[in-house]
Amino acid sequence: MTLLWLILIPFAGGLLCWQGERFGDQAPRWIALATMLIELLITLGLWFHGDYHLPQMGTGSEGVRWSMEWQAAWIPRFGISVHLALDGLSLVLIALTGFLGILAVLCSWNEIVRRVGFFHLNLLWILGGVVGVFLAIDLFLLFFFWEMMLVPMYFLIALWGHSGSEGRTRIRAATRFFIYTQASGLLMLVSILGLVFVHHANTGEYSFSYATLMETPLSEGTAMLLMLGFFVAFAVKLPVVPLHGWLPDAHAQAPTAGSVDLAGILLKTAAYGMLRFALPLFPEASQTFAPVAMTLGLVGIFYGALLACGQRDIKRLIAYTSISHMGFVLIGIYAGTELALQGVVMLMVAHAFSAAGLFILSGQLYERLHTRDMREMGGLWGRMGSLPGFSLCFVAASLGMPGTANFIGEFMILFGTFPVAPWTVVIASGGLVLAAIYSLLLMQWVHFGPARGEERFADLDSREYLMMLSLLGLVLLFGLYPQPLLDTTGAAMLEVQHLFGAVAPSTIPPTGAP
Amino acid sequence: MSQLPLMFLLPLTFLLPLAGTLILALSRGRLNARASMVVGVASVGLAALVTALVGWKFQVSGDTSVDMTLWTWLSVGDFQPTIGLHLDGLSLTMLGVITGVGFLIHLFAAWYMQGESGITRFYAYMNLFVFSMILLVLGDNLLLLYLGWEGVGLCSYLLIGYYYQTSANGWAAFKAFIVTRLGDVFLAIGLFVLFRALGTLNIAEILTRAPEVWAEGTLEVQLAALLILGGALGKSAQLPLHTWLADAMAGPTPVSALIHAATMVTAGVYLIARLHGIFELAPMVLYLVGLIGALTLLMAGFAALAQTDIKRVLAYSTMSQIGYMFLALGVGAYDAAIFHLMTHAFFKALLFLSAGAVIVSCHHEQDMRRLGGLWRRLPLAYAGFVVGGAALAALPLVTAGFYSKDEIIWEAWAAGDGGLVLAGLIGAFLTSLYTLRLIIGTFHGEMKSDNARHAEAGRGLVHGLPLVVLAVLSTFVGAGIHPPLEDVLPSSPGADVHGVGHIVLGLFAAAASLGGLGLAAWLFLKRRRWLADRIADGWGARLWRLWHHAWGFDIVYDRLLVRPYRCLVYVLRNDIIDRLVLVVGWIAWLSHRGLGYTQSGKLRLYAVSMVMGVTVVLIVLVLGS
Repeated sequence: MTLLWLILIPFAGGLLCWQGERFGDQAPRWIALATMLIELLITLGLWFHGDYHLPQMGTGSEGVRWSMEWQAAWIPRFGISVHLALDGLSLVLIALTGFLGILAVLCSWNEIVRRVGFFHLNLLWILGGVVGVFLAIDLFLLFFFWEMMLVPMYFLIALWGHSGSEGRTRIRAATRFFIYTQASGLLMLVSILGLVFVHHANTGEYSFSYATLMETPLSEGTAMLLMLGFFVAFAVKLPVVPLHGWLPDAHAQAPTAGSVDLAGILLKTAAYGMLRFALPLFPEASQTFAPVAMTLGLVGIFYGALLACGQRDIKRLIAYTSISHMGFVLIGIYAGTELALQGVVMLMVAHAFSAAGLFILSGQLYERLHTRDMREMGGLWGRMGSLPGFSLCFVAASLGMPGTANFIGEFMILFGTFPVAPWTVVIASGGLVLAAIYSLLLMQWVHFGPARGEERFADLDSREYLMMLSLLGLVLLFGLYPQPLLDTTGAAMLEVQHLFGAVAPSTIPPTGAP
Repeated sequence: MSQLPLMFLLPLTFLLPLAGTLILALSRGRLNARASMVVGVASVGLAALVTALVGWKFQVSGDTSVDMTLWTWLSVGDFQPTIGLHLDGLSLTMLGVITGVGFLIHLFAAWYMQGESGITRFYAYMNLFVFSMILLVLGDNLLLLYLGWEGVGLCSYLLIGYYYQTSANGWAAFKAFIVTRLGDVFLAIGLFVLFRALGTLNIAEILTRAPEVWAEGTLEVQLAALLILGGALGKSAQLPLHTWLADAMAGPTPVSALIHAATMVTAGVYLIARLHGIFELAPMVLYLVGLIGALTLLMAGFAALAQTDIKRVLAYSTMSQIGYMFLALGVGAYDAAIFHLMTHAFFKALLFLSAGAVIVSCHHEQDMRRLGGLWRRLPLAYAGFVVGGAALAALPLVTAGFYSKDEIIWEAWAAGDGGLVLAGLIGAFLTSLYTLRLIIGTFHGEMKSDNARHAEAGRGLVHGLPLVVLAVLSTFVGAGIHPPLEDVLPSSPGADVHGVGHIVLGLFAAAASLGGLGLAAWLFLKRRRWLADRIADGWGARLWRLWHHAWGFDIVYDRLLVRPYRCLVYVLRNDIIDRLVLVVGWIAWLSHRGLGYTQSGKLRLYAVSMVMGVTVVLIVLVLGS
């Protein structure tokens, strides 16, 4: 039941916020904060009491084991049920959702003044949808939650967004976001149905259950087609170049909380989808497809980084850096070694923290300067209290400075991928230089250089300071001692590695150590 | 149990500077300038004291090395890097230089930075630098070393750009970080290669496993050595990744002394000495190390001749001296390289601090063309320059620099490499030439600007003590400190060779050094006007320009790399791929418009199209049947 509550709490909290507006603007904020706190506390409770060191799987033939499971019939005729399950991977991502949810509420505290109740309804419903995606192991339910995340996000951008220059209106950005993800969701639905029908043809019964469908024997061509459907759906969300067009607009036009959710959590549903569904359901096809996916990852790393250097809008710059970082994630996923997969989880978490930090900081900059155009900034160091110092820390995290969690993630991916695809790693390492370029360009344009004026801006208040300090603390904590996280996701990642690695064309020889 | 105190003391060496950083960074402006100075200087001072204790305990214990693991950083499968420390003669030497020289520079900075804003920030960065540098030399595995490696890079970036309000400083910092990062990427790939082949990142294990796995000269080990060398070239500002160091002088002068002369730039030398086992297996790459060192020391030596900024002369001289260290590494004389590293840290720190004294005294004037005649007004700085310059020029017998440089040239000779010996001798000649030019230009002749005429000498212990201590260490006293390297590094080629050869070569080296001094004295004191005419036009002017711009590397890199990159960024800035994807949208929109025309609301048009449609259908039916 706990799993169901994890999903229901944000939805219920959202409704309360909406109605709570009657008691003033503060009420929805506090309700939302309390909701996300409860969500996070439950997750942490599960973390402390649960056992995620599952026994090592053989070849995955015994089926998948979960730490917690909950099931109720929904549409029995088609074998659809509300089937939720939790393992280390989903637990970590739900905890992340809870934490970033709190930050999203906190960073909107002063920013959102119109229709506060409805805003928090949307915010919490996004988070509820995301938690649903992380828990659902019935494919129909997955699709249900996948679509569920979209609508409130659309409203968030369309109703509370900012309009940018050059005709980039918030409505346009929201519409693009909606069309891209809707179209990709449709592809996923087609693939899910295709898989179900193949299963039906084989066994004569309908089932949307993850464990059942995993056993479905598929011909090579069919598996590739169905896999591509899943891949494209997740690739749009990740995003993978060339399907990334919605992201910069959505980020730039969304309110801060929207950007935090987008970069911190929504993008992670895509990587989660690949790890949970695309790879385990179609291991052979994924293995065949891996070189293509890795190449796409490389393109993403460089294309995102180059474009980040050419932006003038600070939020667009950060958005493009996300594309670059997700390139590393894509490479790690399709390398499929234990080290690389663990690195993927690490980088997902690390990127969530660092990107959220940077977006919150740009939100705070916007509140003080009323612009996001970096040409109008410069020389802000010394005029804003501790904001530039925090910017520096998060910029360092984003360029992969050792000691931050981002370094651990990136290097684990590179170390783990090197035995499988050395040239990919060599080229991807070049992305580290570009990461340094765009990160330091941001510092140079925004905080260094001659000051544009004499007046000093407000220092961070304690709410803002606390938010940044907790984010930074987590970035450093996982940078210096990531083991608790790695232990939690270890079993889940090992299983993906077994499913994926069992069909590797040539098994990797053990390291040359005698 | 006798190990216990050492185990307790060793982490303190870097925890103290870290504590300093944290106190300063989290103070949020509540500390005044004086308190910040006290925190910043005391943390490194205490670290230096602890280091002395550690060194004493280490010597007394008689162990060759001490290892301690604080915690396992992360553990996934075989990949288990630790936060672990390794103390041996080499790391102890480096630790001594970092905390000892570092403390003196921190102390001097308290005088140099007085009255400037942002002292807290300055000392926070400086302490963070010392912390990272200590981790770099104490780390027992390459990943922890890499943490320190990148950490010092970041601190270097922050301190070069310390005067952030001038855009040029920011860009100099930017350049330094990016160029060294390029080297770091090579190092990172080197780590990937090492880990795949050896299954470990622990340095001691790497050194034992490498000869078991690789035969001498196999492709993989050559590649690994080459990649590690790439990292060393970036950090140590050697050809072809040297362009950042001269611009790095934009930072406050104590920063140049600590980071860009005494410690960080020698990290590459440390890295190669530390991983000597890999380089021994790749003799061709090891030879390349020596070759690059020789080329760099000549290139930078000529460039130093044509600089007018005091700090830029010193920067190129640093490059050149690190070239000597690389030369020594290249012939397998690791201990000579480390010995020169140590003496260089003493006399180059002295020179930079003296330069700092001049610069502050002359109201931030650092161009030789506007200084001159200062020796009477700034006697202590003058003395510092003379002692440090003598050591730099390797004045025979009395200076520390003579002993270390002489040993390097001798080792090159013993290794049988005539070309490197020649490069070393020419380099020594050039060094004397530019050093004396620097001293004469700054301290002799007439005062060439008001800033020089109104120079005020620095006072106080904080100003004087570091200069005096470093001056003493730059003489033969410093050369008396023998780094305990016997157990760590293999013996060098010249270790077993004795004879008159060494003395003869020493005489040659002394002659080169004295010859340079003599020529400089004659040129810059007697033939000043003549020299000025020579470089005013014609070939002289061209040569001057070439050397002044350090052989034009910056321009070439700008044309070859920077501009194409900016061009690419400019072309892509509106997201071309996205525009291509939008074509789908355009097609949808065009077809919508196209079909929209049919809905014109004109009855006649509807009737005509209906009739036409019916006709077509009928025709099809008729023909079809």
